[in-house]
Amino acid sequence: MKRLLITKTPKVYVGGAFIRSESGRVFAMKDADGNFFANIPQCTRKDLRNAVEAAAKAGPSWAKRTPYNRGQIIYRLAEMIEARSLELAEAITLGSTKKSLVTAARNEVAASVDRLVYYAGWADKLEQVLGNVNPVAAPYFNFTMTEPMGIVGLIASQEASLLGLISLIAPAIVAGNTVVASASELNPYPAVVLGEMLATSDLPGGVVNLLTGFHRELVPTFATHAHLRAVIAEATADERKTLALGAAETVKRIHTFKAEDNINWYSDSFESVYRIQDTLEYKTVWHPIGA
Amino acid sequence: MSAPLAPKALKRLFDKIGTVDAVGIEERVLKYGTRSIKTDSKLWGLRCAVSMVDLTTLEGKDTPGKVASLCQKAIEPHEFSDTPKVAAVCVYPSMVKHARKYLGVSPVKIASVATAFPSGQAPLKTRLAEVRYAVAQGADEVDMVINRGAFLSGEYALVQDEIAAVVQACGKSALKVILEVSELETYDSIRAASCLAMQVIREGDFIKTSTGKTGLNATLGNNQVMLEAIRDHYLATGVAIGMKPAGGIRSAKQSLQFLTAVKETLGDRWLTNKRYRFGASSLLNDLVRQIEKQRTGAYQAPYAFSEAAESY
Repeated sequence: MKRLLITKTPKVYVGGAFIRSESGRVFAMKDADGNFFANIPQCTRKDLRNAVEAAAKAGPSWAKRTPYNRGQIIYRLAEMIEARSLELAEAITLGSTKKSLVTAARNEVAASVDRLVYYAGWADKLEQVLGNVNPVAAPYFNFTMTEPMGIVGLIASQEASLLGLISLIAPAIVAGNTVVASASELNPYPAVVLGEMLATSDLPGGVVNLLTGFHRELVPTFATHAHLRAVIAEATADERKTLALGAAETVKRIHTFKAEDNINWYSDSFESVYRIQDTLEYKTVWHPIGA
Repeated sequence: MSAPLAPKALKRLFDKIGTVDAVGIEERVLKYGTRSIKTDSKLWGLRCAVSMVDLTTLEGKDTPGKVASLCQKAIEPHEFSDTPKVAAVCVYPSMVKHARKYLGVSPVKIASVATAFPSGQAPLKTRLAEVRYAVAQGADEVDMVINRGAFLSGEYALVQDEIAAVVQACGKSALKVILEVSELETYDSIRAASCLAMQVIREGDFIKTSTGKTGLNATLGNNQVMLEAIRDHYLATGVAIGMKPAGGIRSAKQSLQFLTAVKETLGDRWLTNKRYRFGASSLLNDLVRQIEKQRTGAYQAPYAFSEAAESY
């Protein structure tokens, strides 16, 4: 007997729960052969607002955890993805508009796992590299230390639907930021599957919030939302302009990668402590030296 | 002795005032969340809600300094927009004189809780003395708690007499009668207590849901029961009693739903801070935050507003 086709209507992972868009809208996703595959939530600026509220709620306790513990949690996430890597690889090939090779998808999952492991390792080491005891010409200890910025907006790569997303998430959360990420709109499915993995990982709900939808609808709100302290984005020229103008109003840090440059997300440049620095603030403290 | 008394007394009372259809109330209030209130009407509602806030601090750690900053916040909730002043500040009796000093000639009123707030477990003499003290210190409004112990054991006359005694002790100050709905437990009891109180208080006085010191505070459900009691009392006697939900209302969205309930149950004449109040502290910042959102078009960070508790 022919089985009935099971098409999914997946939900996205926000605030530790799976939500539909508050608008109720979805957009149809087709697989590489052009067949209908799933209805994906078309998130709105209000979903973004709600996700930021969720991130704000999760933020203080995430930032307060010991760096060692944050590293453990991110490492465990890598472990879990590794164990379910076939599922993620399938998600990448299924939703891809281009006919991509299964081996390429598997490479992308492997690189994503490696990236998480890389940044997990930095959790309790970045302070040694980025912080400092400064020599000053007075009887003071002078320390510079790092603090997370707060809630960071991420606009993920359109092409590298998993690796591009993880490469932005990992360096932001390792230092204690929480993130709201807009997934690839060309292939949002790996982000949906990643959400299902995040939900069963030890990462507290609200630390990573994933939205699917159209970047043209979400980018203006990413730019102007005052509660987002930084936006890291792969963006087109138009989107970069929107981000720069909106961010100026709210004095927000913007770091963009040019979408037209055909970014190589496998590049070593995405594994660097300076990617973590992108979402950190420095605090310098003067403390008198006792007698 | 009091236990067997309760059912009979309760029955006599309900014969007179009628009972509450609990399922009907729950269904009714669910609808308030479905109203689409946008742009101009939303802004009107937000500003109206600001003008109805009783900005509250009721903690053991209150200091004159804390009351001073609360008063400043009450007079000017936000510096960059012409936000209205709140209706009142609500403090303990010992803080009334400090509030008086910092509020000066501003129209913001001073409400003081009294009568052994929040439990009310003190002799009537002590409770009345506390009311007189608060009034003498300059409280424009007094928030009293009813004797829930007496109410639950069916001694309705005692509850009512005590409220009447507090009304007298208030003099010219307005009175808000706190029913402490979470301890009354059922909608029927909330309606009964509302009616008992309204029979002895004056036009311009209020009934109030709760102290904010127990687990369950103001909800749309118990707000609705009390609004309907006020409506029935008004239709029967022509005396307009005010309403104050307190505790648990933290978001602007919630407050708009409460205002919808007021408009659809009592009408526009209750959409004023003379007849409706919100007992709250964190609500005010969410209201001004949403007003700023309406003004600038951009979502705001909570820590951009004075007296914010959030910092992340």
